[in-house]
Amino acid sequence: MYATRARQAKLEPFAVRPGIAERLGLPYMDGPLALFAGALAAFSVFTLSQSTLHDVPGSPNYFVDRQAVYSVLGIAGMYLLARIDYSRFRELRVGIYTFLCVSISLVFVFGFAARGSRRAFDLPFFSFQPSELGKLLLVLALAGFVIDGARKGSDRQRTVRYLCLGLAPAALVFLQPDLGTSLVYGAITLAVMYVGGVPWTHFAVIGAAIVAMAAFVLAVAPAIGTPLLKDYQTQRLTSFLHPSEDPSDAGYQQNQAKTAIGSGETTGRGDRATQTRLDFVPERHTDFIFAVIGERYGFMGAALVLSLYALLIWRALRIVTLSKNSYGTLVAAGIAAMLLFQVFVNVGMNLGIMPITGIPLPLMSYGGSAVLATFLAIGVLQSIHMQARLSQRGRFAW
Amino acid sequence: MYLRSDERGPAVSNRLALRIALFGGIAVVLFAILFFRLWRLQVLDGEQYLAEAKNNRTREYRVSAPRGEILDRNGELLVGNRTSLALQVNPRKLPEDPAERRAELSQLADLTHSTLRRVRRTMREELKLAPAAPVTLRRDVGHFLVYYLQENQDRFPGVEVQRVFVRDYPNATLAAHILGNVGEISPEELKDPRYKDLQPGDEVGQDGVEDTYDGFLRGDPGLTRIQVDALGQPTPNGRLVSKPPAPGESLKLSIDAEVQAAGEAGLASYGSGAFVTMDVRTGEILGLGSSPTFEPTLFTRPLTQKQVDETYLNPAAPLANRAISGLYPTGSTFKLITALAALEEGAISPTDVIVDGGSITVGGQPFQNAGGAALGAVDMARALEVSSDVYFYLLGQEMWNTGGLQRWAHKLGIGRPTGIDLPVPAGAEGLLPSQHWRNQLYEEGGTDRPWSVGDNIQLATGQGDLQANPLQMAIAYAALGNGGTVVTPHVGKEVTDAAGRVLKEFDPPAQRQVKIDPESRSVILEGLHDAAQSPGGTSYEVFGGFPVPVAGKTGTAQRDEQADQSWYVILAPYPDPKIVTAVTIEEGGFGAESAAPAALDILEAYFNKHTTGPAGPNGGSPG
Repeated sequence: MYATRARQAKLEPFAVRPGIAERLGLPYMDGPLALFAGALAAFSVFTLSQSTLHDVPGSPNYFVDRQAVYSVLGIAGMYLLARIDYSRFRELRVGIYTFLCVSISLVFVFGFAARGSRRAFDLPFFSFQPSELGKLLLVLALAGFVIDGARKGSDRQRTVRYLCLGLAPAALVFLQPDLGTSLVYGAITLAVMYVGGVPWTHFAVIGAAIVAMAAFVLAVAPAIGTPLLKDYQTQRLTSFLHPSEDPSDAGYQQNQAKTAIGSGETTGRGDRATQTRLDFVPERHTDFIFAVIGERYGFMGAALVLSLYALLIWRALRIVTLSKNSYGTLVAAGIAAMLLFQVFVNVGMNLGIMPITGIPLPLMSYGGSAVLATFLAIGVLQSIHMQARLSQRGRFAW
Repeated sequence: MYLRSDERGPAVSNRLALRIALFGGIAVVLFAILFFRLWRLQVLDGEQYLAEAKNNRTREYRVSAPRGEILDRNGELLVGNRTSLALQVNPRKLPEDPAERRAELSQLADLTHSTLRRVRRTMREELKLAPAAPVTLRRDVGHFLVYYLQENQDRFPGVEVQRVFVRDYPNATLAAHILGNVGEISPEELKDPRYKDLQPGDEVGQDGVEDTYDGFLRGDPGLTRIQVDALGQPTPNGRLVSKPPAPGESLKLSIDAEVQAAGEAGLASYGSGAFVTMDVRTGEILGLGSSPTFEPTLFTRPLTQKQVDETYLNPAAPLANRAISGLYPTGSTFKLITALAALEEGAISPTDVIVDGGSITVGGQPFQNAGGAALGAVDMARALEVSSDVYFYLLGQEMWNTGGLQRWAHKLGIGRPTGIDLPVPAGAEGLLPSQHWRNQLYEEGGTDRPWSVGDNIQLATGQGDLQANPLQMAIAYAALGNGGTVVTPHVGKEVTDAAGRVLKEFDPPAQRQVKIDPESRSVILEGLHDAAQSPGGTSYEVFGGFPVPVAGKTGTAQRDEQADQSWYVILAPYPDPKIVTAVTIEEGGFGAESAAPAALDILEAYFNKHTTGPAGPNGGSPG
């Protein structure tokens, strides 16, 4: 005991007069995680600055400026969240969940329609898309419900409950309609349940149900005359299976993205890029930004970006194992799954191996809501890391 | 088995560690998939995608080149070009809704006298080749339709009007059968190596010299490569490479527009028929026409049903070129060949006299002079002058199984392709009846009797089974006139570039030389000269007063179920002919009634020019 105290006394000068980094909490944060996220955001701004000069007549830096502002705001938000103990969210799970569902529902009432779907509120400075932030909210709430319900009911009842809790907001988003985001919600739900310990047998049943449902939605329902997906959605989902030459066809877009990436070869075409510079690739600042990178910077650039994502997800998974409590484990796993799913589906779509689903590439795709929400999610990861480090410090200190 | 919420410290149980490890494993697999795919696309197949991308960013627009002009031998314009409006549809700008799209296309089909099916087929075919290019639905649309479409633009999204070159015929029907017309290349033609660089929708010559000399007349379409975005819209400053269209080369014909016009006018005043005027030495065609005729400009725009009825379905067949494919018995104009054959085969000598009693009977069958007139004692020249049938009947009888008559007719080109540089329908070489031919036909059961002396008697006067076209007769007469050269007739004279420099001259070698005794030649020519210009000659009434000495032969061919076919073939000037003219008039009666006057018009037109000016067709003065 004395020895311990003595050691503590020796440490006192540091505890009493902590350095500025200490006061900012920086030593307890995951530096590499922040570095990778920041690098991706910077790469996004850089890519946009080179490739969207002529997109908005009269303001060549329209997308660049905005994306830069969103990123700075996102980094600030990340820092703020990192300083908050994420465990508080577990207590707020009902409130968070309610806010999630209500904000998504409000879009149907107040939202403005873009390209046939209502997804966002038009705020004075930018349009806010609740379903983006909703990804994080769903992770936080669902993880809370899983922890909370760990001892209530049978395994089967719990599984059904989590599924319902996860799929309700997913259904709301699906109705906007925003198929891509609803799939992300589904992925988050499954990941949280998986790490939360839902039995393997249940996953087998869920997997079978997903396959059956996909078959029903894509093949059976249209055949019996009550299509559940809009035509363009079905087309996008299946087009990667049959690329097409018809420019109005979804398969054509994918072909163009694939051609763009391939044409970048090893070192990229730089300003000689044509596929993504001349509008052959649609949505090049959002869903198909990876094609821009592929064409402009070649395999070197694209592989660098992909590596940054791999590192980002590695850090997230590491935080899953570091977490001081189960809630943190679940939240970190949910966020890691969210990032992994989005990266894989978006990049896969650019590479022609996944269907076109309108899922943005985290931190790269232009869009305020998505950038902010992703940085906030990384902020939560930082918080988990920080709490784990602080508690470890405590363990060593005492 | 669920997580405990109150656990402290790293909350990783063994089970959870397994799940997280598996999660990490999945992440590794997914990233590996992405990396390998990326590697494959960019590093392994990058070259191919780069080529695809380069190909992608430009659109090649073909800029049609004007076809070369067609001129007559003196440089007078026969076929030129004018610009006209073509109706095009830009498929990218059509309504996306299938029903609206369909409605617009069917309306367009109605407006352009087409059907929805045809419009769709055209679009499909053209889009296959040039996915971004507008599709031409109709060329040479009228201004009213264009105004209508422009005023109703909102009802016809995607419809565009473009200027294209269209053939222009300043002389209306003049030389229609020689010129031919221009039309969109057919799927069969596309497979022809002759048209190997062409694409559907391109125009090629159809018939006439437009067809024969298509390779010269057809220009080289220009290419404008425009950098475009994905919607096919040109990007600013995106014009990359431009190859200007190269206009086709001009074709100068050997046709003399005045001779041609005179011949056509002559024909038109007598009904259906044909004429050929040719240089006897070179085979250059100075005029060649067929009646009834048509307006070639008809084919520059879509035909109405009425026009189809009047051209393709018309029993008078205005599109048929009777001069090179009209097959008729030639009547007495054949006597020149009979005379030459008899002299050369030794069947008779020029001075042998035969008493023409008006008819002979061979094998119980009577053969009469036309009108039954007895012409008295005739020698070769006299027989030709008065066209004694009996004289030639006897020659036919003499040579009935020697094949001599057929041999000479064959040498002079009867029953053989003429070799003219115009598209000729199959079978246009006609028929030279012979012993071999009829006996074989008889054995095959195609006729009721074998060759008989009567057949040869008929042939000797250009009757019976003989089928020949005016050009063949002109060639045969020219061979006699020039002393034995069977020329290759041609209308193409030279090809010049836009600046008028001669790039290529057409001077096809003669088909063959026939050895003709000069004495035989002069006797026959003398007979023909007397026939035309000696009182009592068969066409003296027509050519008696003509200032240039000529040698011409009438012909009156009897045809089944039709009035007599009138023929006239004339060599001028006598005795050293430069040109030959053959005229035939369907149901024209006696040779001197219609064919000879038509020939007179032609010769007048020719000699008006060539006796006053120093230059003949070969630069010399006609004798």
